[in-house]
Amino acid sequence: MIEPLRRLIAAPVVASLLLISAGGTVLAQDPPKTADPNVTPNTASAPATPAAPLQAPETATPAAPRKGVFFPETFTLDNGMQVVVVTNQRVPVITHMVWYKVGAADEETGKSGIAHFLEHLMFKATDELKPGEFSRIVARNGGRDNAFTSWDYTAYFQNVAADRLELVMRMEADRMANLRLTDETVLPERDVVLEERRQRTENEPGDKLSELVQASLYVHHPYGTPIIGWENEIQKLTRDDANDFYHTWYTPNNAVLVIAGDVTVDQVRPLAEKYFGPIAPRPVPARVRVEEPPFGAERRVILRDAEVRQPSLRRLYGAPSYNRGKTAQAYPLQVLSEIVGGGATSRLYRSLVVEQRLATAAGTGYSPDAFDMSVFGAYVSPNPGVDMDKLEAALVEQLEKVVNEGVTAAEVETAKTRMEREAIFARDSLRGPAMSFGVALTTGRTIEDVEAWPERIAAVTVDQVNAAARAVLGQANPVTGLLLPAPVREAAAGQAGQPSPTPSAPPVSGTSGMIR
Amino acid sequence: MTRRLSIPAFLSTFVLIVTCFISTAQAIDIKRVVSPGGIEAWLVQDTKIPLLAIKFAFKGGVETDPAGKEGLANLTSTLLDEGAGPHDSQEFQRRLADNSISISFTATVDGFYGGVETLVETQDEAFDLTRLALTEPRFDEEAVERMRRAVLTQIRRDQGDPDFIARRALYETAFPDHPYGKRARGTAESVGGITTDDLHAFVRERFAKDNLTVAVTGDISPEQLGPVLDRLFGALPENAKVQPPADTTPKGAGETILVPRPQAQSVVLMSEPGVKRDDPDWFPAYIMNYVLGGGSFSSRLMNEIREKRGLTYGVYSYLVPFQHAAMVMAGGSTANQNAGKMVELMKEEWRKMRDEGITQAELDDAKTFLTGSFPLQFTSSEAIADVLLQVQRDNLGIDYLDRRTALINSVTLDDVKRVAQRLLDPAALLTVVVGKPEGIEPTRTMDDVPS
Repeated sequence: MIEPLRRLIAAPVVASLLLISAGGTVLAQDPPKTADPNVTPNTASAPATPAAPLQAPETATPAAPRKGVFFPETFTLDNGMQVVVVTNQRVPVITHMVWYKVGAADEETGKSGIAHFLEHLMFKATDELKPGEFSRIVARNGGRDNAFTSWDYTAYFQNVAADRLELVMRMEADRMANLRLTDETVLPERDVVLEERRQRTENEPGDKLSELVQASLYVHHPYGTPIIGWENEIQKLTRDDANDFYHTWYTPNNAVLVIAGDVTVDQVRPLAEKYFGPIAPRPVPARVRVEEPPFGAERRVILRDAEVRQPSLRRLYGAPSYNRGKTAQAYPLQVLSEIVGGGATSRLYRSLVVEQRLATAAGTGYSPDAFDMSVFGAYVSPNPGVDMDKLEAALVEQLEKVVNEGVTAAEVETAKTRMEREAIFARDSLRGPAMSFGVALTTGRTIEDVEAWPERIAAVTVDQVNAAARAVLGQANPVTGLLLPAPVREAAAGQAGQPSPTPSAPPVSGTSGMIR
Repeated sequence: MTRRLSIPAFLSTFVLIVTCFISTAQAIDIKRVVSPGGIEAWLVQDTKIPLLAIKFAFKGGVETDPAGKEGLANLTSTLLDEGAGPHDSQEFQRRLADNSISISFTATVDGFYGGVETLVETQDEAFDLTRLALTEPRFDEEAVERMRRAVLTQIRRDQGDPDFIARRALYETAFPDHPYGKRARGTAESVGGITTDDLHAFVRERFAKDNLTVAVTGDISPEQLGPVLDRLFGALPENAKVQPPADTTPKGAGETILVPRPQAQSVVLMSEPGVKRDDPDWFPAYIMNYVLGGGSFSSRLMNEIREKRGLTYGVYSYLVPFQHAAMVMAGGSTANQNAGKMVELMKEEWRKMRDEGITQAELDDAKTFLTGSFPLQFTSSEAIADVLLQVQRDNLGIDYLDRRTALINSVTLDDVKRVAQRLLDPAALLTVVVGKPEGIEPTRTMDDVPS
């Protein structure tokens, strides 16, 4: 197995790769550390975040074990700010995160990118801090900090020694209420964001296609607008736009504090009351996004780019999320994705890669983590010389087979066991639980939903999986995205690197896990 | 299994425990475990979660691929879990997936790495599959051809990636006659020529007890780990046949190479000879790099080029300590029309660092970050095992984690200045720019990097 392919098949990576869900993709202020792969010793395999909240600990105690995954404690401040604490005493370290229930899908039409731009600007001045000082103070205290923006949420975090909790909480509370923007800091940062867009999207044909596919999937709903924004609109964003967005959405009653690590709820409570408690709540607009109208037509998006050395194909179907549509299907659809496209033993990999030898990679992705609707996606990368139409027909044949014949009870049981076992691994980090609660609580779910994930997966039946498959994969209006090499021009022909009709896996780099 | 008196001494597991303070607040016990069969591993026992991460490495990586067979180590790394012993590829993968076992292999410069992650409840299956992968990989034709196609696809995909192209152009120029200049995945031609015999020979010659390093974290006692080590690695031959390459010094000083590509942004990459991990100046160089461009928003490059001028989303520097050569590198990307300006600004920071060194405040901040942030990486079993493995591979000693803070805190301003003057020379930088840059005067243009 090729490692990147395996990880590519892991749900969170695919989610962002295909841009299949609002929750699956985040943009952020800090560039990824472009460490030289030649130096990094075998650490590339660690996935950024666990796919989903995972299973309860296998306890040795015969007495009825507590049901749950991370066993958090929670309370709410008088001003409406919810606090979640996940104690983990492995090392004296904490992850401190503030999540705002606002993202790119809450932007006003014409102001695309303002949620993400504001996220960058939150590292500028407050009454207490000079521009850039926030991150420098965190670093000086041996910590790392960053932030990220999605369609549905914006989050800020610091990883620090447990004894620095008060410091980061004080600073995070300060910038919740006292951000001070000047043109002197705002305008160069807008150029930074434009460079970020160039680096992420313009220089990456696969990501460019993702943006266009997303825009075709959502013709009206704001999930069709890229998180980073359209270039022509980013260029026009101003300090006033940032201030307006900040004053509209950044209030304690619209925020969730999540802390994971070597700290208890009794230690957190007085600090949270001291620093976040005094910030007055303000009414926040309801998050009412326009609804996507029924759109009966199948859509195709074809991007031809000179820098594409291998084509790829993706096919996306609208699907319910945990929060919208037939939400009960969110669990069966996760099981379905595991069976159809989850790894080297999945139906798609076995059929298209191993048996028919048409592809080098094939799989599916589905993440129900979204405030509005979600997406079920399949992707495939052809072997050299394989005709794209033939490849597409083979993919569709497999998907239709699932719709018409269903999956078997044995497949469902095996998939469920895998998913429940995988669960324990999610507890082996601080970021995993913090991310799970942050995403859930900003997209309309509860702590109980996260903790009940293993039970709800365990309760999925083969009939539910097949009904969900028919409902989602049976739709006649998928969006198909094709990434193709540009046709060879006469002048360029004969040069080195001749563009043979040779294909590839989808870009491995995606936007997953990129932060600030 | 527990240690019992009835077992002869040489058959028991030897355990040495070293307590290391990774911060003032935190100590971890690293146990040096030697199996009855003589295999050594470092263990951090942690019973909180019923899982286990085992990381191991064999010395010698992609640089030891035979001439004309470049990509052999990498192709092997994709095939060890594609069928071994009695299990064909699908059966092997099914056993991994159904038991939630993750086995990974990676061929990189100077090392061939492996890792296993498993729940305690499925660990027996994990140990068996790992042993089979290391000692009895099948290399069935179907799997070999499938993975060969996947690698060839990746090689092609790389050709469209501006960051990859920049690295290729730089490494080929810096190491024109040394294996470090070769592509880790090999070329379409060399990968196409790798045979099943080559793969079997690789496994036979490269995986042995005398070039093996092992680190373990998780829910296992030293006494339990001893026999597990023998089960995993006991069947390996005693000695590896690896021919390490000669030590070398990077070439290309003062060159500026342009690789024209039709893209919106130019990618810049620079290098100069650096320090190896065992160099006495390692920590001064480490601190210098942090201040120059290693420290994200605290670094000079980021402050001057991103924060003050908005010219880039990211600009950074880093140390590249190979076994047989070393470099200090820097890179970033910017709109084509600003490429010349960015390269100038990067060279200016290079010059300032060489001429003036760093300030006391910068030194203090670097020390508090580099010592204080160290425990942040100890939050997952895999990450802890990775650290234990790297400390062994770098020969730093089992008490290194305890000594690290003092080593960093002992660095002086003069140390940093000395190492900056030794390493940094803006005129000697090897610079690569990929894109349609303005304001760059290349000494050489490469139409494409060889596929």
